[in-house]
Amino acid sequence: MAKTHVTMKVNGAEVEGLVEPRTLLVHFIRENLGMTGTHIGCETTHCGACTVDIDGMSVKSCTMFAVQADGSDITTVEGMANADGTLSALQEGFRMMHGLQCGFCTPGMIMRAHRLLKENPSPSEQEIRMGISGNICRCTGYQNIVKAIQYASAKINGVEFREAAE
Amino acid sequence: MNDMTPTREQRSAALEGMGCKRKRVEDIRFTQGKGNYVDDVKLPGMLHGDFVRSPHPHARVKKIDDSEALKVPGVLAVITAETLKTVNLAWMPTLAGDVQMVLADGKVLFQNQEVAFVVATDRYAADDGINKVIVEYEPLPPLVDPFKSMDKDAPVLREDLAGKTSGAHGPRKHHNHIFEWTVGDKELTDSAFNKAEVTIKEMISYHRTHPSPLETCQCVCSFDKIKGELTIYGTFQAPHVIRTVVSLIAKLPEQKIHVIAPDIGGGFGNKVGAYPGYICAAVASIVTGKPVKWVEDRIENLTATSFARDYHMTTEIAATKDGKVTGLRVHVLADHGAFDACADPSKWPAGFFNIVTGSYDFPTAHLAVDGVYTNKAPGGVAYRCSFRVTEAAYCIERAMDILAQKLNMDPAELRLKNFIKPEQFPYHSALGWEYDSGDYHTAMRKMMETTGYAALRKEQAEKRAAFARGETREIMGLGVSFFTEIVGAGPSKNCDILGIAMFDSCEIRMHPTGAGIARMGTKSQGQGHETTWAQIIATEIGIPADNIMVEEGNTDTAPYGLGTYGSRSTPVAGAAIAMAARKIKAKAQMIAAYKLEVHEDDLEFDIDGFRVKGLPEKFMSMKDICWAAYNSVPPGMEPGLEAVSYYDPPNMTYPFGAYLCVMDIDVDTGVYKVRRFYALDDCGTRINPMIIEGQVHGGLTEAFAIAMGQEIRYDDTGNVVTGSFMDFFMPTAVETPHWETDFTVTPSPHHPIGAKGVGESPNVGGVPAFSNAVNDAFSFLGSTHIQMPHDFWRNWKAAKALGAVA
Repeated sequence: MAKTHVTMKVNGAEVEGLVEPRTLLVHFIRENLGMTGTHIGCETTHCGACTVDIDGMSVKSCTMFAVQADGSDITTVEGMANADGTLSALQEGFRMMHGLQCGFCTPGMIMRAHRLLKENPSPSEQEIRMGISGNICRCTGYQNIVKAIQYASAKINGVEFREAAE
Repeated sequence: MNDMTPTREQRSAALEGMGCKRKRVEDIRFTQGKGNYVDDVKLPGMLHGDFVRSPHPHARVKKIDDSEALKVPGVLAVITAETLKTVNLAWMPTLAGDVQMVLADGKVLFQNQEVAFVVATDRYAADDGINKVIVEYEPLPPLVDPFKSMDKDAPVLREDLAGKTSGAHGPRKHHNHIFEWTVGDKELTDSAFNKAEVTIKEMISYHRTHPSPLETCQCVCSFDKIKGELTIYGTFQAPHVIRTVVSLIAKLPEQKIHVIAPDIGGGFGNKVGAYPGYICAAVASIVTGKPVKWVEDRIENLTATSFARDYHMTTEIAATKDGKVTGLRVHVLADHGAFDACADPSKWPAGFFNIVTGSYDFPTAHLAVDGVYTNKAPGGVAYRCSFRVTEAAYCIERAMDILAQKLNMDPAELRLKNFIKPEQFPYHSALGWEYDSGDYHTAMRKMMETTGYAALRKEQAEKRAAFARGETREIMGLGVSFFTEIVGAGPSKNCDILGIAMFDSCEIRMHPTGAGIARMGTKSQGQGHETTWAQIIATEIGIPADNIMVEEGNTDTAPYGLGTYGSRSTPVAGAAIAMAARKIKAKAQMIAAYKLEVHEDDLEFDIDGFRVKGLPEKFMSMKDICWAAYNSVPPGMEPGLEAVSYYDPPNMTYPFGAYLCVMDIDVDTGVYKVRRFYALDDCGTRINPMIIEGQVHGGLTEAFAIAMGQEIRYDDTGNVVTGSFMDFFMPTAVETPHWETDFTVTPSPHHPIGAKGVGESPNVGGVPAFSNAVNDAFSFLGSTHIQMPHDFWRNWKAAKALGAVA
């Protein structure tokens, strides 16, 4: 099948590649760019493990073609750590609040939470639960994921994080 | 001592040992997308394989034409049963003593069964290839209903078994019968029923569901023709067993097979079994001489890899008028699908279902299980449970509620009246188990006090009265469940998988600088072993957990172990760790005695080193002992500080718990709301409370899904109607309730550190709590039992059937 040339910015770096028009974005990221943090869980847009940030929106990369992302600005989980290599507030929140177990949904969760906090830096618990409803987790039961996002929100806003009483 | 000397508390805290909420070491890589899962494995020249699957649930395969497929650019080979026959791999042994087709051999027996394997240069080309393979089928009548499987005119499913009157577990009564398994004293139980003042009988179904970990099953197989070695990266919960099985069926020497299970994205039992994809990828690699990757998609995972449950349990309890149980009788019809590929220890065709007497002191019980074939996917797995314990717990917990209803007793009171008493442990159950320890009354009472149970019952009575007066359309249910698990399989005297005894293992090597590595026979799929195993070692030998690296999943380096499933890691491997650590400690004590110039008996272990009794200043730290182990051991002693332990447990462990679900249901819409969910777990010694709570949250979420909507459903023609996350209920953060956790601690008396295991408990105890809540809500309208799953539609149907909705 004839291939098309695409260029995009991924985690701040210009990248390019030749892809079939039918190549999914997630495959381009994982196979062509070798960035395997973005995961594939369902291939039907339900689970959210492949969520990346494209031009300021959360997008499930398993149901978007790489050619559709031509010219766009993409952030994946590999671009989430602080410049000095330390964990960002969100990544730290997931670790501190035990917001992950097998870690497979985590990159997608972090990418979704990243956009959620950009749009609403101080979400309520209900807003967080709605905000991550496109991301499925099979291990942690969401409660600690919500706390992880609350932790990050507090840290980003420079306020003290207090766990709600059980 | 000067001010800089750390206190005992500081020294102890520095270890981050058992009881500490140590943050997980795994998270550093997982939160940065630096995990290494099977699909991340990329080998030079790697090919990709994909399956042609059957659209029919039951059909003869007349012809497979691969000529067009082989013309597709990138397609290199099409493997069929005929190809596999040349290497004697057309059929493979199952974990349950049956055999299973790897690729359709003559006919197909369930929808989406593997028919041919297309190997191509990339996954897109492989997909093009499967669409060009032309398979000619002759449809046969499908058998969907297990209750009709042993009818006289039921179609013969397994033609390979034609005429065979006995199977792996004894006589077969019918051409679709797999086994009958009976346990207990029939005569005594029948007599208890004949004399009973009160009896109940109900057919309680636990529907077919699926573990569906977020990462599907997958592998990369690479055969090196020069060395004659096969390397397999795979999503394996039990890598060593996979290596042994591959060696036995492929006739390759075991040392030339390297099985590597890297990070695994959830298993829940789904990744215990052996699937055709593994065999086909290995054969394809041998045929092509190149590495071959097979990655299952979600639809394949849901429809063709191991299901869970599908038990139909006719349950009877005999009791006195005042609510003392006197007998239990259960008959199970078990739908095992097209091949009996259930993951159970060899001697237990229905797993540990005979824990069905639960937490109650039944003087006698009798159990019979019939396994049958149907045109459904094979491979009942221990989905977040140890071998059919979830089904058993659901059965008895539903039945106790039905008995309470009949006796007009409170379900919690009925349970308190029948619990095994603390002084009865170790307790011998009527169906053959020895429960190690428990204090059920304390757990139940703590649950009742903490949740304000009496007040909740009062509120329910008021609500029912208001409903009767037409003031509300909402009904309230209280779901009580109390469960006893059986985990830690198992003692090799009665537990094996394919003849391999179920011990587990740990090897610890301490290095001169006081750092060490522990290698394990287990394999974490998210349970946090890298974190908790190091905590056990920290407490046992006094080296900080941060200085211990834990490695799992590589059969070249890890000692042989049976792997991680059925909550066996902590009860079995956790014990192996403690025993290996104690061997290290014993040698360390000899070294310390030599260095401190005292007799070994004059030393005592003190947090992070050895101290001379009565002379507190004469102390040698474990860190210093590690150094000495490599340069100044006592004369005649071998240098080094390492140990390996293969732990064969003397018994299973029996964690337990008391759960309560408070639910409101709107009868006009069937919409339910989980108002509260409280879970008290007793898993014995708690290694890392943070991880325990996390596992409880996760298990409860899966229990919620199963009880309240999740089902693998087939229509009458054998078509799977729940083949994607669109129609197979996956709860999100929106539906999932808030969880309250609590605990008591009753250590296991026979386990080196008293730990019992917890990962699956919330699934075992959670499902009956949800179902009992729904059933309790409807009970005052006259129903005794409503089958799961209790989604909105079924709730509405129940309300309508009971006359609550016009």
